[in-house]
Amino acid sequence: MIRERLSGNEAVATAMKQINPDVVAAFPITPSTEVPQYFSRFVANGQVDTEFVPVESEHSAISACVGSQAAGARTMTATSSCGLALMHEILYIASSSRLPITISVVNRALSGPININADHSDSMGARDAGWIQLYSENNQEAYDNLIQIVRINEHKDVMLPGMVCQDGFITSHAVENIELLEDEIVKTFVGEYEPEHYLLNPNETISIGPYDSSNFYIEHKRQQAEAVKNAKRVVMEIGKEFEALSGRSYGYFEEYRLDDAEVAVVIMGSAAGTAKETADRLRAQGIKAGVLKLRMFRPFPGEEIAGALSHLKAIAIMDRAESFSNMGGPVFAEVKAAMYDLETRPKMIDYIYGLGGRDVRVESIKTVFDALQEIVKTDETGDVYRYLDVRE
Amino acid sequence: MIEIRWHGRGGQGAKTAALLLADVAFETGRYVQGFPEYGPERMGAPITAYNRIDEDPIRVHSNIYDPNFVVVIDDTLIEPAKVAKGVKSGGAILINSKKSREEIHARLGGYKGNFFVIDAEKISVATIGKNFPNIPMLSALVKIAGIMDEAEFVSGIEASFHHKFATKPEVIAGNMAAVKLTLQEVNA
Amino acid sequence: MKKNNQNVTWKEILPGGTVWSPGNSEEFITGDWRTERPVMDWDKCKQCLLCAPVCPDCSIPVEGKKRLEFDYDHCKGCGICVNVCPFDAIKMVKEGK
Repeated sequence: MIRERLSGNEAVATAMKQINPDVVAAFPITPSTEVPQYFSRFVANGQVDTEFVPVESEHSAISACVGSQAAGARTMTATSSCGLALMHEILYIASSSRLPITISVVNRALSGPININADHSDSMGARDAGWIQLYSENNQEAYDNLIQIVRINEHKDVMLPGMVCQDGFITSHAVENIELLEDEIVKTFVGEYEPEHYLLNPNETISIGPYDSSNFYIEHKRQQAEAVKNAKRVVMEIGKEFEALSGRSYGYFEEYRLDDAEVAVVIMGSAAGTAKETADRLRAQGIKAGVLKLRMFRPFPGEEIAGALSHLKAIAIMDRAESFSNMGGPVFAEVKAAMYDLETRPKMIDYIYGLGGRDVRVESIKTVFDALQEIVKTDETGDVYRYLDVRE
Repeated sequence: MIEIRWHGRGGQGAKTAALLLADVAFETGRYVQGFPEYGPERMGAPITAYNRIDEDPIRVHSNIYDPNFVVVIDDTLIEPAKVAKGVKSGGAILINSKKSREEIHARLGGYKGNFFVIDAEKISVATIGKNFPNIPMLSALVKIAGIMDEAEFVSGIEASFHHKFATKPEVIAGNMAAVKLTLQEVNA
Repeated sequence: MKKNNQNVTWKEILPGGTVWSPGNSEEFITGDWRTERPVMDWDKCKQCLLCAPVCPDCSIPVEGKKRLEFDYDHCKGCGICVNVCPFDAIKMVKEGK
């Protein structure tokens, strides 16, 4: 184990260096720019033998990734915000063609109004594109998740692309302590990418990406859905394997002081740590507060979440993205749907928070717990769809 | 936990100082955070940067509103950045200025806590040959806040300089002289 | 090589729509797109072979320097061969007659 201090972007670039992918194709966009910037330095210094492809847009970046992964090369890229949006069309090509590409997403608000700071609207816009999505609380998780997702994506029962998300600037540009694995350990863990079928195989001539008529398309989608289902099992298997060599445990989510909790927040990304600190401070005052930090949003671990939250009295689901459904954000919609099959359900409210980099303080999360306690006390849910820290 | 807020203008090295502090504090075995708050990215624009330093892992990812220490690299920011806001009792504000304590105090909006006025430009020009006030201010902070042992800081920052200035090692000697002169001149 | 057929299930269908067998477009019978078919008058044909290379569907097989009968499984009835034939040896006839 190597004790280091790195920003989130440095951590991700370091993981990429240790993975040593065959191809990286990227176009810079704030706040993920540093990832290909650091990585291209590793390429120039001969620390990796990756083919680095600088392209002229994100649409080209992910298209180059599709071509390269289809050729049989382990391929990665990084992007943010409008860059991920510009990739949107090709994200579906990658997942439906069953190409296990990896993207390091550094979450940033989508324009407009133009804003460069953190929220989850970019990756939430890609949530139905058939990619695995893991969210990271800090630089350590961004690093660990990136190493694991390569194995998850490339598992023969999965063969899907995946993205590892971290919050722009808040973790991407913050230097914090981190424990790195030795190069050799990462190399052995990720192994070689050995696809069963690939374009550059001289012994097997194949075509990728043909027209799929209505007699076949839905069968392909059903098969893709099965791969997503398999990913749930594989995420756990890889998490266990990773824990054995790192000592750090990874599942679908982290349950923080939930066992005997009466009120809890469900949250993803950098604000989860702030929420845990808040729960600790409330516990010191005798309030039974807990946190469920969601790591995996795709596939969505509905049954497991319902199991972990069923005993609570009131829950706030935190959404760092709007979906303009007028019924709350995307995490709320999923959690609420997952809870429906329970015999008795906690009261649930949604908070849209932290959009465009609005700072999330311990005091902010405290007001959420206050609202939950009020719900428990009055037995009235009140407004289900709320905004946190917005000027009224 | 020690929490620090830095105020400077783009190009004056406030972010660099915060990251260097994270670096040297990390080397003493502690948990650190060093992060900037991004606004308009251009020379001269006011910027804020932060540090958290603790014996235990740090989980909070928010800006710092009630710092133990505030470092002001440019005294024209005293009023617009409201530099005295939230400073914890027992903490201090460090200001780079050629002005008198009385003049500075009058501009701190009724602030009653400790503050230090440091002529970082003078130290920088005497040692580095140019006005780079961030390293003297960082050194003053380490001494005044007692973040670490001075000898530990001197060897730690030298290692960081060798890393940071790997492509221009000629500036290391001047910066090290600035560190040492500051530690000598500042009366904590 | 595994192939899809019209009744393949989602469990058996080739992942991603990838085509594992090269040159399998031959198995796709495009001849039924045709509304008119080219018909040979072998008495007029001099075997000049001008027709074979212009056929966009490779539906005029050539063997031993001689063209053979049309491949009606793949000929779409475009009539280009009729246009290039200098001897009026090919004519178009409505399908179904």
